[in-house]
Amino acid sequence: MIKIWSMKKDNATVDKKKPKVSAAQIRVQKDLGELDLPKTMKMTFPNPEDLLNFELEISPDEAFYAGGTFKFSFAVNGNYPHDPPKVKCLQKIYHPNIQADGNICLNILREDWKPVLTLNSVMVGLQYLLLEPNADDPLNKEAAEDLRNNRRNFESNVHKSIRGGSVNGVQYDNVMSHK
Amino acid sequence: MVDAQSTLTLDDSQRWAGVYKLLDRSSLIHPEFEPVDQIKEFIKEAKILVIGAGGLGCEILKNLALSGFCNIHVIDMDTIDVSNLNRQFLFRRADVGKPKAVTAAAFINKRVQGVTVTPHYCKIQDKDEDFYQEFALVICGLDSIEARRWMNATLFGMFDPENPDTMKPLIDGGTEGFKGQARVILPGNTSCYECSMDMLSKPTGFPLCTIANTPRLPEHCIEWASVLEWPNKHGERKMDTDDPKDIQWLYETALARAKQYNIQGVTYSLTQGVVKNIIPAIASTNAIIAASCCNEALKLASTSAKYLNNYMMYSGNDSVYTYTFEHQRKDDCPVCGNAVSKMEFRGDKTLEEFMDFLKEKPDAQLKKPSFAIAGKPLYLQAPKSLEEALRPNLLKPLKDLVSSGDQITVTDSTLPFSLQVEITLV
Repeated sequence: MIKIWSMKKDNATVDKKKPKVSAAQIRVQKDLGELDLPKTMKMTFPNPEDLLNFELEISPDEAFYAGGTFKFSFAVNGNYPHDPPKVKCLQKIYHPNIQADGNICLNILREDWKPVLTLNSVMVGLQYLLLEPNADDPLNKEAAEDLRNNRRNFESNVHKSIRGGSVNGVQYDNVMSHK
Repeated sequence: MVDAQSTLTLDDSQRWAGVYKLLDRSSLIHPEFEPVDQIKEFIKEAKILVIGAGGLGCEILKNLALSGFCNIHVIDMDTIDVSNLNRQFLFRRADVGKPKAVTAAAFINKRVQGVTVTPHYCKIQDKDEDFYQEFALVICGLDSIEARRWMNATLFGMFDPENPDTMKPLIDGGTEGFKGQARVILPGNTSCYECSMDMLSKPTGFPLCTIANTPRLPEHCIEWASVLEWPNKHGERKMDTDDPKDIQWLYETALARAKQYNIQGVTYSLTQGVVKNIIPAIASTNAIIAASCCNEALKLASTSAKYLNNYMMYSGNDSVYTYTFEHQRKDDCPVCGNAVSKMEFRGDKTLEEFMDFLKEKPDAQLKKPSFAIAGKPLYLQAPKSLEEALRPNLLKPLKDLVSSGDQITVTDSTLPFSLQVEITLV
């Protein structure tokens, strides 16, 4: 018969262990330690002892947003990777899938998130969004319409907006890498 | 049968006559079961911990108390809401607003003679390993994934293969509408809760662009109110989903948006359901799952019958269906997949020398390891900015970075998940 417990009543000699690391923390350590970022991306850690909150800069080298440097904040919660990281754009930019207040419409950040995805997947997804804005999933409806109706006009709007100019009466942040 | 040395009294043998019918016979279910008084004493005296005093918790407490377990503890951080009363039968109308753990314990103590339930009105995270170490068995009746993961990881963290007393069986019950599951988790033996994270249905989320621009469902309007409008109107203030004022605001905001898009079905209770992610609770599902959990508790404690190995799923959607299977351990499980290896290393050697040692260690085979202690990084191979900031640590002697007994979390692309190294500085 399997003896699950010894029937002794005293278990005084159990040594106490140090606080355990959470599964989320290990997973983030693994995700980060194995990152191989392209030269268009740079990460900064406001508190290098906290791996769960950091910023990512993407400087696309081609397409509409080339020349700009776009900053995103990442907040990873204790339920990662069951929950996706919370990602916001820290600048006010003219982009069909990014709202002025920083919300981002990227499927893997919400409805299509899966625990097998990594921080790298999200970063690649964000870069893709800057290379290929998607007019079908608009958060900034006017930008999406501009992109759908007149790509040249959209391109010049982006050019203006990332230099701190106004588009459709809205002023955007200057995000040029060399201001 | 009561002998002179036993702590059992004549009263016990009458009080628990029904349970003892099972425990006094040798070959009812388990051919090797030996009926000895020690087993009855164990059931009477062993400290059992019930986590959650809600729908499942009330059933579990009642079942345990009527099965001969006399020393029961219960933890719950919640207070009683009027909507609990239909199924959480240890509570009465006058108890609304009182702590669930305290009220449930008082009810059982009054109703079931000889049983002592000790309440803990707090979060499970408020208790330390010393507290959990005292129990023989833990039964969870929770509604939160996060709490289950915490409890699972804590009990696995406490487990020391060299000390059988540190093995705390975890019986986990869960219900969702007409469906539920009961499982037995034995640290060091079975799969754990973390191994089954991929079985969970993902939280329902709607694409942000749908919420923002093309709402079609009442849920879209409610999500719009809570995800997009709330931060606009309330700034930094966090929503309190237990505050009726906040729910009312969300409801009104969602309703106005629904009108604008001609969408029917936004109600106060749907609003509450969506933002609090409420799944309807059904009393009979709770009763069935709690019964299974307590059945396992009695079998584990008495060894009178084989226990569940290790996962029973139940569906009451069409008639009654249950299926029991052995859920497999995941090799790369972050909680139970990585054994702690103990290593000795000289404290005056540097972190870099420790890293080289691990790279050359034949049973480790690491290529580019990263190190952290309790989530605090010591050295990470990437990203570049962090690697540069942490690089000076490589040249520091180990004794400046860690102390004996610390667990270093090592990750590497060659490891399925991670390696925990318990270091002893020499």
